[in-house]
Amino acid sequence: MTGSDLVMHEEEFRRVDAELQKLHQQSNAKVVFLVDKNGQLIASVGETHEIDTTSLASLTAGNIAATGGIAKLLGEREFTILFHEGEKDNIHISLIGQRIILVVIFDKRSSLGLVRLRVKKAAETLGKIFEEITQKVEKEKGEGKLEESIFAEISDEDIDNLFR
Amino acid sequence: MSFINYSSREINCKIVYYGPGLCGKTTNLQYIYRRTNPGQKGKLISLATETERTLFFDFLPLALGDIRGFKIRFHLYTVPGQVFYAASRKLILKGVDGVIFVADSQIERMDSNMESLEDLTINLAEQGYELEKLPFAMQYNKRDLPNLIPVADLDNVLNLRKVPWFEAVAVTGKGVFETLKAVAKQVLFELKKHY
Repeated sequence: MTGSDLVMHEEEFRRVDAELQKLHQQSNAKVVFLVDKNGQLIASVGETHEIDTTSLASLTAGNIAATGGIAKLLGEREFTILFHEGEKDNIHISLIGQRIILVVIFDKRSSLGLVRLRVKKAAETLGKIFEEITQKVEKEKGEGKLEESIFAEISDEDIDNLFR
Repeated sequence: MSFINYSSREINCKIVYYGPGLCGKTTNLQYIYRRTNPGQKGKLISLATETERTLFFDFLPLALGDIRGFKIRFHLYTVPGQVFYAASRKLILKGVDGVIFVADSQIERMDSNMESLEDLTINLAEQGYELEKLPFAMQYNKRDLPNLIPVADLDNVLNLRKVPWFEAVAVTGKGVFETLKAVAKQVLFELKKHY
């Protein structure tokens, strides 16, 4: 398989979550979330209860993918920031380290300038965390097994049960 | 590229339905959507044209249940089948864990099936995947229509790797879950190999 799977343990998740909490506060945002470039939601903070975050994650990734396609056609490597302005809410989408998408939804309590500034800072930290995660996965993959493999005992029956 | 989250105890995998225009990819997703409990599924998102042709993709998140305390989630995507949406079709394959090829069983669609399969191989290669190594299943759809290609012929031409194949009538649901299950199984066993 190309690239590596994303494996996140409790400790890394807490670091990511803490960084998102910080960004959420400092940027006065409504919602902040992180999505894998393939559309999987990684983490979210803020007023998420009224938002379908799974769908949002998949569409955001689609959006980034389409924009990436446009960039290529124009000879750009990537457009790293997308911004959509609405009547009430705005959405700021940025690409971190070619792999992770950081999404900030904000309203008039904040401003584009503030969001951009805070996102830039958070992106550096998050970029580092995910670099470490990737390295760790590669290392563990090389060594064979993750410490507490849940897959070792998966059987046909387990999978049949999913489809019952 | 799966996402294994030990913190929320979730495993997320991406499965893509591929095939020529009007072969029934979206219909597969619609049937799965109708037949799953509300608690197990998210919204079915369709980015389609006014004539209900898929423009970018359809998306359906499914949480089928637990294995050893981990919630197994499948994200199902379809690609736009029409030839001129090639650029967007490519994008959907990013990070795919398993592919279902939906073939149209009608005689006059055989060329389109072959063309689409070729297109799949090329697009996967561009993303660095080899179709031969990916969890994969074949669905021979529209078996209820007249003027069909015999399954053996479809299989000879399209299924060179001899992956699991299923006869289907996606509108009534025949073969829909069987095909999904065959790929889901391969995806999970693939993870087992690595972790």
